[in-house]
Amino acid sequence: MPPFEENLMPAWLLKPNPISARFLFLAGLLAVWEIASVAGLMSRFIVPPPSEIFPTIALLFTDYDLTGSFLRTFGETFAAAGLGALGGMLGGWWLHHNRVAGKAYTDWVAAIAAAPLVLLFPLFLVIFGRNAATIVAMGTVASLPPVVLKTKEGLDNVRSVLVDVGRTFGLTRWQQVKMIMFPASLPTIFTGLRLGLVFALINVVGVEYLIGFGGMGLLIAELGDRFEIAGMYAAILFVILTSICFFYLTEKLETWLLSAR
Amino acid sequence: MSDMTALDNTAADTLPTLRIDRVTKSFHTAKGKITAVDDVSLDIRQGEFISIIGPSGCGKSTLMNMVGGLIADFDGQILLDGKAVRGCQPSIGMVFQEESTFPWRTAIENVAFPLEAAGMERDRRVARARELLDLVGLTGFENHYPSELSGGMRQRIAIARTLAFEPKVLLMDEPFAALDEQTRLLLGDKVVQIQQQLRQTTLLITHNISEAVHLSDRVLIMTFRPGRIKRVVEINLPRPRSSEMMGSEKFAKFVAEIWHDLREEASKGLRESEAAAAAR
Repeated sequence: MPPFEENLMPAWLLKPNPISARFLFLAGLLAVWEIASVAGLMSRFIVPPPSEIFPTIALLFTDYDLTGSFLRTFGETFAAAGLGALGGMLGGWWLHHNRVAGKAYTDWVAAIAAAPLVLLFPLFLVIFGRNAATIVAMGTVASLPPVVLKTKEGLDNVRSVLVDVGRTFGLTRWQQVKMIMFPASLPTIFTGLRLGLVFALINVVGVEYLIGFGGMGLLIAELGDRFEIAGMYAAILFVILTSICFFYLTEKLETWLLSAR
Repeated sequence: MSDMTALDNTAADTLPTLRIDRVTKSFHTAKGKITAVDDVSLDIRQGEFISIIGPSGCGKSTLMNMVGGLIADFDGQILLDGKAVRGCQPSIGMVFQEESTFPWRTAIENVAFPLEAAGMERDRRVARARELLDLVGLTGFENHYPSELSGGMRQRIAIARTLAFEPKVLLMDEPFAALDEQTRLLLGDKVVQIQQQLRQTTLLITHNISEAVHLSDRVLIMTFRPGRIKRVVEINLPRPRSSEMMGSEKFAKFVAEIWHDLREEASKGLRESEAAAAAR
C-alpha cells in the first residue's frame, strides 16, 4: 500500500512550486471567505459565501448572456489596449527621440497616469455618444500613459555601446531601431503594455458600469441593482478571468517576440 | 623611430593602410575648452599591430572614436588607403571596452549580426559566423546566449563579430579591461594568434604596458592632456609571440622603458585628478 500522504494530495501539490502555491493560496482564501460568511463574521447578504456564488455562474450563462457580455468587454478592452499600445509606443518613441519634448512632457504623462481618468467619461459621452466608441476611447486614454512612459524608459536605457556597435557596422536608422533599439527595450516596453492593459480593462468595465452600456460592467450594474449579489460576484470573477486571458495572451506574445528578436 | 610623430617614413613607397594626419579634437565644457587630442599623426601599415598607451584622460578613447567614426567633428584628416574618411564605415571595425554583445542573440547570431544587417543570405552568414567562432576558439558554444558565457568568451564573440565584416583596420578600445589577469593573458595570446593568421591591421588602446608589449609591433605613448604622441617604441620581439615570453629580460626592458616615459604623464594625471577632487 502506498504511503497515506500520496492518497491525500497529488504529488505536484505537495511539492513547492508556483502552481501549487497559487492553488493553495486561492483555496485558503475561499475557505476563509466561506467560513467568515457562513459564521456571520461578514454580512451574508453583502458578501455571500463562495458556495452560493459558484452555482450562479450557470444562471449567468442562461439568463444574462454572460458569453456576449464577456466577449463584448474582451473586444472593447482588446481594441482600447491595442490602440493604447500603438499610440503609447509612438508617443514613447517621440519623447525618447525629441529631447526637448522628453524633458517637457514626461512628467505630465506621469501625472496623467496617476489621475483618475475615468472621471472624464462625461466629456467622451458628449463627443462620441452613449456607445462602444466612448468605452474604447476611455480605455485607450487610460492605457496610453503607462505605455508611453515604459517605452521611453526602455529606449532611454538601451546601453549606448550597443547603439555604437550598430553605428560602426553602418546600420541605417531603421535597422538601428529594428535590430537594436526595439529588441533591447522590449522587456521594459512589455511591462508598459501589461500596465496599459490593466488600465484599459479597469476603465472599460468602469465606463460600461457608469454609462450602463453593454459588457461586463453593465451586467455587474444590473445584477447589483436587482440585489442578485451572488450573481454580481460571479460576474466580477469573469472580469478577473478577462484580465487573466489578456495576461496570458501578452505573455505568449512577449515570449514569441523575445525569441524572434 | 622619431619622437612626437609616428608617421611612417620608412615605407614611403607604399601607402599606409591608415593615416592619422594632424588630428585635433577639443571639447567645450562648463570649465572652458579642453583639448583632448592635439595634433596627432600616425601611420599604420598593412598587418601592423599598434598599441596606444597613456594615462587616464589623455584622449586615447577620443582618438579611437575619431578613427572609428563615432566622433566625426574634428580637425585634421584620417585616411584609409589614401582616401579621407569621416564617420562610421564597415572598413573600420571596433571592439569596445564595455560588454557589447547583444544579450537577446546567441553567440552565432551575434557574430552573424553585421552580415545579417548587410543582407547576406542566412546559410552563408551562418557558415561564416561558424568559421569565426572557430577562429576565436568558441566552437561548441554557437547556441549559447551571452549570459551563459564568461566575460572573456563574450569579448571573443565581440571580436569575431567585428571580424565578420572583414574590416581593413580593427580598433580595440581596452577590450580586456574588465577581465581578470589570467584571462587577459590567455586572450592576449588568442588575439596575437588571430592577428597573425589574418594579418589584420590592428590599433589597440590599453592601460596595460605588458599587454601592449606582448601584442604590438609599435607602442605609442601619449602625454596627459592635451593628448599628444610623446614617443613611439618599436617592439622588435620575435614572432610568433605568447604570454610565456613575458618573463624574458628583453620583454622586461621594453616594459621598463615604456613605464619610464609613461610615469611622468601618469603622475600629472594623478595630480590633476587629486586637485579636482580637492576643489569639489
